[in-house]
Amino acid sequence: MATILRSTLLVFLLGVGVISKAQHGHEELNHDAGHEHEEVQTDEHHEEEGGFDALHHVMDAHDVHLWGEGESSFSIPLPVILWTDNGLVTFMSSAFHHDDAGHHVVNRNGMNFVKSHGKIYQLNQGAEHAEFDAEHHITNAVKPLDISITKNVFAIFCVAIIMILVFRAVGKQYRGKEVADAPTGIAAWMEPMILFVRDFSIENIGEHKYVKFMPYLLTVFFFIWFGNMFGLIPFLGGINMTGSISITLTLAAFTLIIQLVNAKGPFWKHIFAPPGVPVALYPILVPIELIGMFVKPAALTIRLFANITAGHIIILSLLGIIFTYKNMAWAGLAVPMALFISVLEILVAFLQAYIFTMLSAMFIGAAVDDGHH
Amino acid sequence: MSLITPAFGQIFWGGLVFLILLFLLAKLAWKPVLSAVKNREEGIRESIELAAKTKAEMETLKAQNEELLKEARIERDKMISEASETAKKMIAEAKEEGKAQQAKIVEDAQKVINAEKAAAISELKTQVASLSLEIAEKVIKGELASDDKQKALAEQIANDISLN
Repeated sequence: MATILRSTLLVFLLGVGVISKAQHGHEELNHDAGHEHEEVQTDEHHEEEGGFDALHHVMDAHDVHLWGEGESSFSIPLPVILWTDNGLVTFMSSAFHHDDAGHHVVNRNGMNFVKSHGKIYQLNQGAEHAEFDAEHHITNAVKPLDISITKNVFAIFCVAIIMILVFRAVGKQYRGKEVADAPTGIAAWMEPMILFVRDFSIENIGEHKYVKFMPYLLTVFFFIWFGNMFGLIPFLGGINMTGSISITLTLAAFTLIIQLVNAKGPFWKHIFAPPGVPVALYPILVPIELIGMFVKPAALTIRLFANITAGHIIILSLLGIIFTYKNMAWAGLAVPMALFISVLEILVAFLQAYIFTMLSAMFIGAAVDDGHH
Repeated sequence: MSLITPAFGQIFWGGLVFLILLFLLAKLAWKPVLSAVKNREEGIRESIELAAKTKAEMETLKAQNEELLKEARIERDKMISEASETAKKMIAEAKEEGKAQQAKIVEDAQKVINAEKAAAISELKTQVASLSLEIAEKVIKGELASDDKQKALAEQIANDISLN
């Protein structure tokens, strides 16, 4: 019964996901029509010409946009936190009144701020309005250090809270117990996943050393998996947290740091004095090995970022067909295809979490290998 | 292009939240789950090993039991055969003894009978002799009652003697 309920819910969510994305696109259409007579060059104006800009929807934003367009938008405002030359400035993103073209000026602590292309600019002293060059870049402003709670940061918080709630409930069944009982409820769902991660970690790191790295590998696996799945939930303004290069870079950096901190002699020897290689080749090989050390986390970064972002772009582009041709009939083609990709994305969500974690374990395993097999 | 430009804010918050998550979950879930599951797995492995060991022990015990049973059976058979042999021997001995006893009794009886017979015969002889003497006395008395008769007798005896 519970299984049927779960699958029904899943199908429902997927269906709604497609519809919600369709609605989102539809609003674009409305907005495009409404702004046709406006003379100002806005960011959205590009969409009007191109029909639909999927890239715009996979990028970070200062609010979680739910529905509506322009001044009539409904979005969850998020705190803007800026570190300027005059200290910390905080205000809610709703102060920009949904403007993303650099027109609405917000005055705080005697400084003027505008938002353009999802970035916040601090206007130069004395400037009252943003000035743009031919490519619509602001010329009379600087970018303050932005540590705002953006859409992606909001998603990070949500994923973290979900993970804490889920795994606190899971852990409750095991805490204070010498020997675990058969898991029930949510632990029965998560224990196989935890053991799956543990098992491939043992395979890559080794029976005697894996325990130390399990907290990191488990956290990174579930963080990516939950983050990927969170990005597939509709009605949440197209969250693309794990498709943000900043996040994937951060995670890959953690892997690199753990790898370097725990690296044993043979790892360094392999880089600086590759065994079985003539010394004459060292000047070529050592730089290559050194680059290789950093290429691995770079590959982790780009793989996850590209896979998740690509999935979002494909779905958005398929649904964008409807708005590009401005004809509902295209939905007959676009919606089933988007549904197919959405289902595929559920697989990709898991797969990418697995690949990232497995490769991290492999890199750590190679670093901690002390040559005694 | 801002899509592939890392943003400081996200790295800052992402790193911070991830580290907090790492320490919280390690304490809340990963460590208790992994240690409890490991203990469970060890328990299962030990139980299986114990079961296999117990089974092997049972096998040996069974074999031992069978051996014992076999030995007991042999012992029993041996005891039964021994007992029957002894019984047979005893019966034979008893028979033998019985026969000997019987023979002795018969012999004794014959001896007694013979002795009695002999005694009876001798007594009879004595009686017959005395009776014979009495008869002879009476006869002689009668015979010798007259002179004629004495004379006849003497003649007769004389005749007999002469005849001899």
